[in-house]
Amino acid sequence: MRASLFITCYNDTLFPETGRAVVNLLERLGVDLEFNPKQTCCGQMHANSGFRSEAFSQAKRLVQLYRDAESVVIPSSSCVAMVRDQYPALFEELGNEALRREFAALLPRIYELSEFLVDKLKVDDVGAYFPHRVTYHASCHGLRGIHLGDRPFRLLAKVRGLELAPLPNLDRCCGFGGTFAVKNAEVSSAMLSVKLQDVFSTRAEYCTALDNSCLMHLGGAMHRQYAGMKTIHMAQILASTDSSPAEIAQ
Amino acid sequence: MSPGYHPVLDPTLAPPFTEAALPVLRNPQLRKNVAHAIDVIQAKRNKLVTEKTDWQELRAAASAIRAHTLENLAAYIEMFESRCTAAGGSVYWASDAAEARRIILEILRKENASEVIKIKSMTSAEIQLNPFLEASGVSVFETDLAEIILQLGEDEPSHIVVPALHVNRSQVREIFARRMGRPELTDDPRALTAAARDYLRKKFLSVPTAISGANFLIAETGGVAIVESEGNGRMCLTLPGTMITVAGIEKLLPRFQDLEVMLQVLARSATGERMNPYTSLWTGVTPGDGPQSFHVVLLDNQRSTILAKRVERQTLKCIRCAACMNSCPVYRQTGGHAYGSIYPGPIGAILTPQLMQMHHAQSLPYASSLCGECYEVCPVKINIPEVLLELRSQVVNQERRDMSRFVDPMYVGLRIADLLFSRAWLFHAAQRLGRIGARFFTRKDGWIHSLPSVGAKWTQTRDLRGLPDETFHEWWDSRRAKRSGEAG
Repeated sequence: MRASLFITCYNDTLFPETGRAVVNLLERLGVDLEFNPKQTCCGQMHANSGFRSEAFSQAKRLVQLYRDAESVVIPSSSCVAMVRDQYPALFEELGNEALRREFAALLPRIYELSEFLVDKLKVDDVGAYFPHRVTYHASCHGLRGIHLGDRPFRLLAKVRGLELAPLPNLDRCCGFGGTFAVKNAEVSSAMLSVKLQDVFSTRAEYCTALDNSCLMHLGGAMHRQYAGMKTIHMAQILASTDSSPAEIAQ
Repeated sequence: MSPGYHPVLDPTLAPPFTEAALPVLRNPQLRKNVAHAIDVIQAKRNKLVTEKTDWQELRAAASAIRAHTLENLAAYIEMFESRCTAAGGSVYWASDAAEARRIILEILRKENASEVIKIKSMTSAEIQLNPFLEASGVSVFETDLAEIILQLGEDEPSHIVVPALHVNRSQVREIFARRMGRPELTDDPRALTAAARDYLRKKFLSVPTAISGANFLIAETGGVAIVESEGNGRMCLTLPGTMITVAGIEKLLPRFQDLEVMLQVLARSATGERMNPYTSLWTGVTPGDGPQSFHVVLLDNQRSTILAKRVERQTLKCIRCAACMNSCPVYRQTGGHAYGSIYPGPIGAILTPQLMQMHHAQSLPYASSLCGECYEVCPVKINIPEVLLELRSQVVNQERRDMSRFVDPMYVGLRIADLLFSRAWLFHAAQRLGRIGARFFTRKDGWIHSLPSVGAKWTQTRDLRGLPDETFHEWWDSRRAKRSGEAG
């Protein structure tokens, strides 16, 4: 099976280990992975900050870059939510009929990572080994935006050695919200500290998610607080095996 | 407005959300009160929504009724006007808050009223009716328990359904003891409600004029519906001879039968009850029963402008249940006052800027992390995140014409980012430059603890991992080069 990886701008720049894990994981599962070198950003940051025409040019670019792809895998639930929730309105507003048709044809072939594994590859046991206590943060966009449902839990349940610690108030936002984290830094920090109380109460070693943006927020505070807990994208847990353990950033 | 006027949250005077939130974030009592209150309401709401197996169908029906009403609003308002008038009521049209206040005062003057009792009404707060009437020599007495607490405590509402949610009972005791001259009062809830009852009974029996809002106006019958929990509304509809109802034009429902759906979703969403305790319905004037003089003031105040806008129109579907604020993680930290408006929370963040023609509420559309809970719980399916984004784009479009944009680091940053994202080679060059620049801020442990400018907003409570030596695409390229080298 062939698939094209849209790594997303911030994973490319800040979290290359997540990208490497996606590559190792999918190739291990027999996927023939491509990487379009022209890719940059899905436009989420612009759209959510009110820069709609800029978001539109990123959206147009993404559709044109991937129109021939068999499947597109995106290891970021918020970027997938951007494509599914916001692209249709952007294209409609512009009234570009050709682009709208191309997008409609592409949309069913766009997958968030856990969707690609569970729905497309039809696996929940990816042969991973990660002997740690882990809690899963659901991420607003994963939960309410693209309705990942039990997919992440099914995948984590099959990871050998992993002890899953349920996170209280799973549906509550961590306070990141993109530019919200700096525009309303104090309120965002208050939300973060409430979230961290729940996360720390799990006494897990790692907090995982399918979105590095929430993890950057949670992990940044964990590091500031010498909290003794780290964040790790779920791709890295799923890629981890006995012979090749997860790559964990310092 | 006048010296000694009881201040109502006024978006024209309120500081921006970011600033107004600060004192609340540092107030443990307030944050505990707010979080506790909305956690209790939300838990009840979630339980009662879950037990309703057809909740999504009900929600779809409620949304459809509201959407249909808005699409045909002019016809339904006219129907309401003619049927209410035929039933003995008088209907007035107010294009803005000032006109509504003037109409109400004229009615009161004609009735020689120097005092009024009031049923809780957000619309009357929107038009800042109380301070205006007080300044015009009319004494106003709120009859809803929470509104009494706020009126006597010279406080302001922080929630649209439970306006004194930020006040706990020992604070209520202090207010009642001081303002009612009852130093012996304890903070036992029964003692407090008994004190309120004593205070209220005198007003119910002595004040012949009442003012209300409306939960719904029914076009088919020309009737008005009010839902409440304490029975004070029922008293105001029984004892006074005159009733003045002020309601936004969007409060219309086509048919009496539509209440079946609306009352179900409203009670469950608002207070987590299967049915609210008191539902009052009245139509015009009935000889020998209730107010013999009945007036309805229909308020536009920007609503017809909002109605004409494709995305924003859905704001007017709101039935003021407050489920959005009860579920909002931002509201949970800040409470209502930070929003600088009597409409706080997610619905306030979209409604206030529109009522204010975007002039005084630039910060509100950004007072959200776009987590989507508000949309998920909304019983009439208002896509609040969608409207927030629409309003944000209007703020940005305003800024595009403004010279100050060149000194707004966020604006400049996002415009530059747009340029970089348009060409992969430019983006990659920026990544390499960023990596060099980040070295100046990265400590030995590989993390950034402090950044300048907008970045400082991040690093005030969070570290940031330093930029890795190799981006993902560089790794991919080198791996491919290595592999083709091996193959060759």
